[in-house]
Amino acid sequence: MAYKQYILVCGGTACESNRGIALVDALKKEVEENGLINDVQIVRTGCLGFCEKGPIVKILPEDTFYVEVRPEDASEIIQEHIIKGRVVSRLLYDNAQSKGNVAIDGIDFYQKQFRIVLRNCGVIDPDKIDEYIARDGYKGLERVLFEMQPEDVIEELKISGLRGRGGAGFPTGVKWSFAAAQPDGQKYMVCNADEGDPGAYMDRSTLEGDPHSILEAMAIAGYAIGASKGFIYIRAEYPLAIDRLENAIAQATDYGLLGENILGSGFSFTIELRLGAGAFVCGEETALLASIEGKRGMPAPRPPFPAVKGLWGRPTVINNVETLANVPVIMLKGANWFNKIGTATTKGTKVFALTGKVNNSGLIEVPMGTTLREIIFDIGGGIKNGKEFKAAQTGGPSGGMIPPKFLDTPIDYESLTKIGSIMGSGGLIVMDEDDCIPDVAKFYLDFTVDESCGKCAPCRIGGRKLLNYLTKICDGKGTAEDIQNMKDISEAMCRASLCGLGQTASNPVTSSLRYFMDEYIEHIDDKKCRAGKCKNLLRYIIDPHKCVGCTACARVCPVQAIQGERKQAHVIDQELCIKCGQCFEVCKFQAVSRS
Amino acid sequence: MAKLTLDDLRKLRDEKQKAMNMRDPENKSAQIIVGMGTCGIAAGAKETFNTIIEELTARDISNVLVRQTGCMGFCHSEPTVEVIVEGMPAVIYGNVDTELARKIINRHVISRKLIDNHICDKPAMDIIR
Repeated sequence: MAYKQYILVCGGTACESNRGIALVDALKKEVEENGLINDVQIVRTGCLGFCEKGPIVKILPEDTFYVEVRPEDASEIIQEHIIKGRVVSRLLYDNAQSKGNVAIDGIDFYQKQFRIVLRNCGVIDPDKIDEYIARDGYKGLERVLFEMQPEDVIEELKISGLRGRGGAGFPTGVKWSFAAAQPDGQKYMVCNADEGDPGAYMDRSTLEGDPHSILEAMAIAGYAIGASKGFIYIRAEYPLAIDRLENAIAQATDYGLLGENILGSGFSFTIELRLGAGAFVCGEETALLASIEGKRGMPAPRPPFPAVKGLWGRPTVINNVETLANVPVIMLKGANWFNKIGTATTKGTKVFALTGKVNNSGLIEVPMGTTLREIIFDIGGGIKNGKEFKAAQTGGPSGGMIPPKFLDTPIDYESLTKIGSIMGSGGLIVMDEDDCIPDVAKFYLDFTVDESCGKCAPCRIGGRKLLNYLTKICDGKGTAEDIQNMKDISEAMCRASLCGLGQTASNPVTSSLRYFMDEYIEHIDDKKCRAGKCKNLLRYIIDPHKCVGCTACARVCPVQAIQGERKQAHVIDQELCIKCGQCFEVCKFQAVSRS
Repeated sequence: MAKLTLDDLRKLRDEKQKAMNMRDPENKSAQIIVGMGTCGIAAGAKETFNTIIEELTARDISNVLVRQTGCMGFCHSEPTVEVIVEGMPAVIYGNVDTELARKIINRHVISRKLIDNHICDKPAMDIIR
């Protein structure tokens, strides 16, 4: 027996609470009454996203996507769609509002995601080169080697509008042209896979899922700039990615897609791995090059830029993993295919590692111009436990906090810079009402202070000072003067630091002061942390009228700060209390309050 | 193997494309694809993978091809498994523990029914096909 059609009904919390269960029952009843029980299976699914448009119904195999379906619509879906084969157009999802929407080949689709970089991730077996080849792998390289001159490749890339996905957004074609313009001789192509932002794993997933796309892109770049040697600088903490890359390099070499005289074209290119020891600063290109050379990973002033004077003093192009993963597709489908996707200034897509207080955390890829709201609410399925969205951080510790009022800003390099954040490499951390803004800023500063290489004073001393002020504020000892000092230090770090790490380290502070000043003021003036995160500002108190003397709190208290007789109201000794919150969690009578 | 020429590469691509486009690669009538990125493995994808193989062996089913792939992107529902059975739509299941892995064999592959509460939506159209 086999069903002909499948009606999938979203079983996410939002859909279920929106009469989703009644909808399933109504559909089942209709299927039974129409004698379709052996033809159609009704299936409840996990959360399909688009929670604000729920309940969602999807019909397979034709892939029809219905939104806001009520139990009353069940009859029409069965009568029209299933029996007569006519789509119920009033229930279809209207994607026309989506700013980042792309219709490829005239096909409109409901998905918010569009996968160029991740085209093969989750599709092919990364350990099998044949599967990559079958999905048009090495076809871009083929075209480049046999149909294009190096300058054509660079021109194509310039027309495509591809910009560096490591965060800064420098046009990739222009970068390549700088290195290509240098006199002939040894040049190098380097892939920056030193992904270090907390909460970011886009590059790791790309390398693990589709290693050959990076090798192909590097060979294309090598041909374009005149380099015969490539290095992938990857952190040693990514053992699976390293394994798969090593395997991919061996397979490609075996096939003659890397090595001497590739496919008989006369072009030769080899790739080696270099493992980083996990220093965040080594993601900065001059520090990365120093590390490959075997020196201590510290940044150097630019100019000279690596494209002129890079590895061992030779012209070197450094591109991020995600940037490179776009290159084979651009060479395959053409620059004019690519530059139709995205916004006026920023073409193509962006991969984000969506994490934090969001229901459907995940690795996503969206066209540039998609809004944060679409990412967090449509793809991410909204905030966990129905809480209130407070802020989103793009760009990891180098980025800024984006408040709710900018949820509808179409994402590109310029718009994010304008609102005080950066595109960054693709970490996207969602915060809700339970997150304390000064505390989050402190977390990021803690990270950058730890990772600062210490070479230049603005970063080394400025970062430490900022962290001290933030700690003071979170401890309830901050003053109004501290705010002004933080602003001054941030400004100085941003202008005077040697490399990107120091120049951007103050972004979480600057942006949060700009949008969430009220929370800082509360911490300073009222000694209050509204999220209940800053321990020194918290007080746990037992309400003697609600306490029944069950002793549960006294038993869990790790420092014996709670006293009281059985069946008598208990009391917390504020001197001893370490604010661990265990009494608050364990009390069944809501007698413990937190303020 | 010998180094490929341009013609060899094109021929290889054509052959493999045909093989991949067939719903029955290697003469199998079903494929089970397990997401084995670091994320999936950390969530137990290896156990899932092994359970699928064990269950197929125990039931003496030889026409199912079990493959690995990279991250499918559903971090909230790892491990993830895609099931492609001839004559049925391809479906991705999330949170596939060993129990669900057995259910996939018994219910989806053998009884040809989709399983409730675990289906994730395909995140995007395929730009290659």
